[in-house]
Amino acid sequence: MNPPATASLLTLRRIAKNFGGVRALRGVDFDLAPGEVHALLGENGAGKSTLIKVATGAHMPDDGEITVAGQTLRGLTPTLAQQLGIACIYQQPALFPDLTVAENIGLRLEHGGATRRIDWPARRARAKDLLARVGATIDPETEVNELSMPEQQLVEIACAVGAGARIVIMDEPTASLTQREQARLFTVVRELRTAGVGVVYISHRLEEIFALADRVTVLRDGASVGTHDVRTMDEAGLIKLMVGREVAQLYPPAESPPGAVVLSLQNVCCAASGVRGVTLELRAGEVFGLAGLVGAGRTELARVLFGLTPANTGEIKLNGRAVAIQSPQQAIELGIAYVPEDRRRHGVILEMPIAQNMTMAVHRRIFPRTWLRDGAEQALALDYVRDLAVKCSGADAPGGSLSGGNQQKVSLARWLATKPRVLILDEPTQGVDVGAKSEIHKIIRRLAKDGLAVLMISSDLPEVLGMSDRIGVMRGGALAAVLPGGSDAHTVMTAALGQETGKGAA
Amino acid sequence: MKRYFRELSVTAALGIVLLGLAVFAPAFFQPQPLLSLVTREAPTLIVACGMALVIICRQIDISVGSQFSVCSVCAGLLAVRGWPLPLVLGASVGLGALMGAINGWLVAGLRLPSIVVTLATMVTLRQGLNLVRQGEFVNLPDNVQWLGLSQSAGQWTLVLSSLAVLVVIALAMRHWSAGRQVYAVGTNAEAARLAGIPPQRVTFLVFVFLGALTGLAAIMNIAQSPQVQPLSGAGLELKVIAAVVVGGVAIAGGRGNLWGAFAGLLLLACVSPALTHLHIEAYWEKAIQGAIILLAVVADGVRQRRAGK
Repeated sequence: MNPPATASLLTLRRIAKNFGGVRALRGVDFDLAPGEVHALLGENGAGKSTLIKVATGAHMPDDGEITVAGQTLRGLTPTLAQQLGIACIYQQPALFPDLTVAENIGLRLEHGGATRRIDWPARRARAKDLLARVGATIDPETEVNELSMPEQQLVEIACAVGAGARIVIMDEPTASLTQREQARLFTVVRELRTAGVGVVYISHRLEEIFALADRVTVLRDGASVGTHDVRTMDEAGLIKLMVGREVAQLYPPAESPPGAVVLSLQNVCCAASGVRGVTLELRAGEVFGLAGLVGAGRTELARVLFGLTPANTGEIKLNGRAVAIQSPQQAIELGIAYVPEDRRRHGVILEMPIAQNMTMAVHRRIFPRTWLRDGAEQALALDYVRDLAVKCSGADAPGGSLSGGNQQKVSLARWLATKPRVLILDEPTQGVDVGAKSEIHKIIRRLAKDGLAVLMISSDLPEVLGMSDRIGVMRGGALAAVLPGGSDAHTVMTAALGQETGKGAA
Repeated sequence: MKRYFRELSVTAALGIVLLGLAVFAPAFFQPQPLLSLVTREAPTLIVACGMALVIICRQIDISVGSQFSVCSVCAGLLAVRGWPLPLVLGASVGLGALMGAINGWLVAGLRLPSIVVTLATMVTLRQGLNLVRQGEFVNLPDNVQWLGLSQSAGQWTLVLSSLAVLVVIALAMRHWSAGRQVYAVGTNAEAARLAGIPPQRVTFLVFVFLGALTGLAAIMNIAQSPQVQPLSGAGLELKVIAAVVVGGVAIAGGRGNLWGAFAGLLLLACVSPALTHLHIEAYWEKAIQGAIILLAVVADGVRQRRAGK
């Protein structure tokens, strides 16, 4: 199954895409031949999703050329992509939950005006036929909300087949599948390949790539680092391609040795959020980096520690005393602070002035029994504005008027105001420009030096490597490994992907 | 200045109306009729304060009219039985708080949409009251009217106490933690939760608070006449919500303040007497009030679209 010499189905040339100042894609080349499964591989944020969105017309690239079946396109829109036979199956199927399978398939595949008469028997017959073709035993009359995730994926694939898709893109389709469901999905993918369809297959599971794909393209930092025949590659080689990068940025050095254990977890589980048996000790004055793939359970662990989804089993000790953290209020009282991931949605209240944002978690302390004097709040806010060098027109400016990095500082100030002992940072520099990023790194280091225990969740591998005194790697809701600071990217990535170093199992 | 644009423009509109009346109908400003007019609006102001909180919290309560009727009738019956006025007042406030708690529990506890919940309680309470009372009036004992004071002393008491309630709540919204929490939950409940503010508890409490204020307002209303009408609160919810919205409290929650709601209430309340004094047919009242509400909402929409760009 070498890349056939016949005309390629889809060719992307020098695709570039910027979001604000962030260069998500910087000149990526990619091509897909009929009857091949082409895997797309890369770390979190390497540009896979952006590339997919360019190929399905959801994003217009800033530069580059898209050729579908020999036809070079000016602007690709989602509608045009559909007409050209490009179908995308997302991790979370986008079906209408309250409609039946037949209705969902009909909505995708039938065209016509609002007044056309629906031919119900034909609609049902077609749904039945398509489901049979993808090997699904689903009654077309079932409502989608009664289907399991893999069944919904099969419905999506049935839609793609029904639309006569020549190009099928699958974004981590096996993320929520069991072994058996996965095997069935593979069968369907192989049938598509036999039928001459080109499949773009995205997965973090290397063994799947070896089992299924013909070629693999590895993305790193928004650029392609090469397309290879899968048979010529091994796992170690792929991991090396994914992470092979120099830690170019300078990180502030650890200045003091870690102190006493502040927070200790013993076999902590949370069934609701899928955290499984985490055992961990966090010391005063250390930055503990938490690495792992998206969905590995890092944010879920933070939410357990902050009382948002309390643990069912296991023991959490704070300064040697067992505690049960049942709510955020309780966590705050215990001295645990959580700076959430999505600062625009969950961190800073954009409509509220900076000062009010900063004092939100410390009402109990700063609001006296009588009226709050504006002065007290302003003074506290201005202290943090100065201390963290927040660039703003004043403490009265609304949170939404700040840049990303400065919003992050406001979010951080809110939690520092609670005088915490444990500070959990979830993606503290996501979407922040380089200058502000380095400032935030310096602040984190300084806080650790002042005796805080910092748990830093980050998908930015160089950041984890550069900032952490120790590195925990999560996988599938469990803490897969704890590595010393200064570990290399390869070791961390290997742990995150679930491969033993040096072992070439498939 | 820009932040309080809406409050200031409503106040300006009110000023223009008053100025127009001063020029064309100076009789409007005769002290006694004016005091009577203001007294009639005092209970509405109290309910509007509570409603403003509920709307800032991104909820709505359309059952206040029915709550108001229930509280009025029950308070009247207790007064007839010879309960002293302070006890009647306490009972009315407590009953209002209880009805608010039912709404609050359904909305915050069961996470049901407040428009549907309070629509249901509005109808249930109103029909229940109808069924039990069969439209009967309650004749009040003398100690209730004007709180047992002379008419003008009673009027002043009602007006000043309603203003006191307004001032206290308006300041508390800014200078108390509780007020901040209402704004935070109304703007972004999830962010509030992550900051340690319990959104469900705050939501529950604003409903209870509105109910308690409605109970208070009911007493202030029955003190103004010798009888309690069976459905004295009919239409109150619309009046109150209109005042709050005209005053710049965003129906989407999180924005606005009590001063704006106060100005909005006065503006809408001026329409009817202004028409009388200007010898315009009273039929125009609702149409003009509707136009004012429409104008306010359109102004919001335009401003939001501009902000979006």
